[in-house]
Amino acid sequence: MPVSPKQARTLKHRSWVAFLVIPPIVFMSLFVVYPILSAFAYAFYEWRGLARGDFVGLANFKDVLFGPTMGPVVWNAFLHNVYALIALMIIQNGGGFLLAWLLYKEPFGFRFHRVAVFVPVVLSTIIVGFLWKLFLNPNFGLVNQALYSVGLDALAKPWLGDSSTALGALILANAWHFVGFPTLVYLAGMQRIPSEIIEAARLDGTTEWQLLKNVVWPLVAPSTTILFTLLFIGAFNWFEIPYVMVGLDGSPFGSTDVLGLVFYRTAFGNQSASIQNFGQGSALATILFLFIVVFASLLTLWLRRREIQF
Amino acid sequence: MTIAFAPSTVAARSSETRAMSFAFLAQIILILNSFVMLYPVVVMVFSAFKSTGEIFEHPFALPDFTQVQNFARVLGETSMPTYFLNSIVVTGVSILLILLLGTMAGYAVARYESRTNTVVLLFFLAGLMLPLKLAVIPLFILLRDLSLLDSRWSLIVTYTAIGLPSAVFIMAGFLRSLPSELEDAARIDGASEPRIMWSVMLPLARPPMAIAAIQNAVPIWNDFFFPLVFIQTDSAKTLPQGLTTFMGEYTTDWGMLFAGLTIAAAPITLLYIALSRQFIQGMTAGAVK
Repeated sequence: MPVSPKQARTLKHRSWVAFLVIPPIVFMSLFVVYPILSAFAYAFYEWRGLARGDFVGLANFKDVLFGPTMGPVVWNAFLHNVYALIALMIIQNGGGFLLAWLLYKEPFGFRFHRVAVFVPVVLSTIIVGFLWKLFLNPNFGLVNQALYSVGLDALAKPWLGDSSTALGALILANAWHFVGFPTLVYLAGMQRIPSEIIEAARLDGTTEWQLLKNVVWPLVAPSTTILFTLLFIGAFNWFEIPYVMVGLDGSPFGSTDVLGLVFYRTAFGNQSASIQNFGQGSALATILFLFIVVFASLLTLWLRRREIQF
Repeated sequence: MTIAFAPSTVAARSSETRAMSFAFLAQIILILNSFVMLYPVVVMVFSAFKSTGEIFEHPFALPDFTQVQNFARVLGETSMPTYFLNSIVVTGVSILLILLLGTMAGYAVARYESRTNTVVLLFFLAGLMLPLKLAVIPLFILLRDLSLLDSRWSLIVTYTAIGLPSAVFIMAGFLRSLPSELEDAARIDGASEPRIMWSVMLPLARPPMAIAAIQNAVPIWNDFFFPLVFIQTDSAKTLPQGLTTFMGEYTTDWGMLFAGLTIAAAPITLLYIALSRQFIQGMTAGAVK
């Protein structure tokens, strides 16, 4: 049957649009959708190395959360993720907010300070981790050397070797690495506030603190929403800094163990126990995934409610 | 800024002094903060010019910048140049694929009306939200079945998949804002659809392409997790992963360690200093509207 010119045009048009859309969709389906859906499925099977065994229902989930070996490790790690989240919310996001406010006023040299605060953000986490590991070395590290040179020998510590300071050291290294990100996101948020609002508040004689608390903080709520949600996701995916600075086992004595390290050890093994358990690893990944999706959505919805339109 | 003409009242004077002392305090905090941000990087570079003994004895001293043997050894004795090259290839090819596929999908969604557009956008939105890191086990098995494991391609396809959704949104958002008179004029002149896309529309879309490229290039260049899982062979390692191998080999030679870190940090830091506005804009693009 001969094709009418109009049909030919739409056919040609359709195949052109299909040519544009189908390759990206196929790519995403193969390398994102399929692995994520499989990740859920894998968790319900027993695995022998790389080979899939029998369907075992929820056994892997039970082992991961309440099993005698995995259970305590997972909950211990979870607690450390929560500590890191809370500490980073205050130091990293809170510090970023204050720095942004100082930069917002465009004081002398603000262009320099704005570029400087973002330098660690562009560095690889691996570089940041190794750098701070060297600086925190008990004998020759910069931190203890600085303490010795000002006579504060008593404060010098094996920061990463002491279970009371190791997690704190990792959190501070992370804050150093990323504080520039919330700073510049908040700065952009502040610059979007109509300047009349801030001037009006100034004319009313509000103090700096009142201005910050009652005017600026509520008006940068959209930035807060996105920064806190990103930090939440990041804190429960935390892996690189602990891996580089304290190793796969979260030493000393599991005091820096986080879920990312537990997941990696379970799924891909480590030197001391090279047992791979894809079933338990997938169960842990699935739990973590659902936890992040559910709580990040709730957090976003809750934070969105306090956003004001202007 | 307001300049008080007759600050004769006590209230005006005290508020002015308060503002002055606040500005002074702000300046001190900012200077201290920039010092804390930059000094570790400066020490890293200085230490790279010192021997291990010098680092231990005079950690804060200025080095002799003509002593470049640490750098020479890192570049001559170790696999660092290979890691470096791999990082360039992996990041470059991934960005090209992200821009290619992202522009294709973004263009179709933005410029052609279709009932499936919303579905396509939702599909990519889901990809934007889901952390692929947690699907690393099935991805590992998939790449093994495709015989891509332990090669640079394993990283390229993974990074492309992670970066694609954001590129689709950036490109679609921009392309939608272009006036349709542009295409209509070309269509009346008899230009084909591919020609309209290539010669009329895409030349205008360079700024969003730059944003999408920077937003993805920095995390890809810096990524460590996927190489750790996918790559075993030394010759396929990228810089962050190679750095862990290198750091393990020279644990006691601190001069070498700092030189290795400096070499690894140099390209991105220099590029950032040269293009800081574009970097900041690109890297915060997802969080700033």
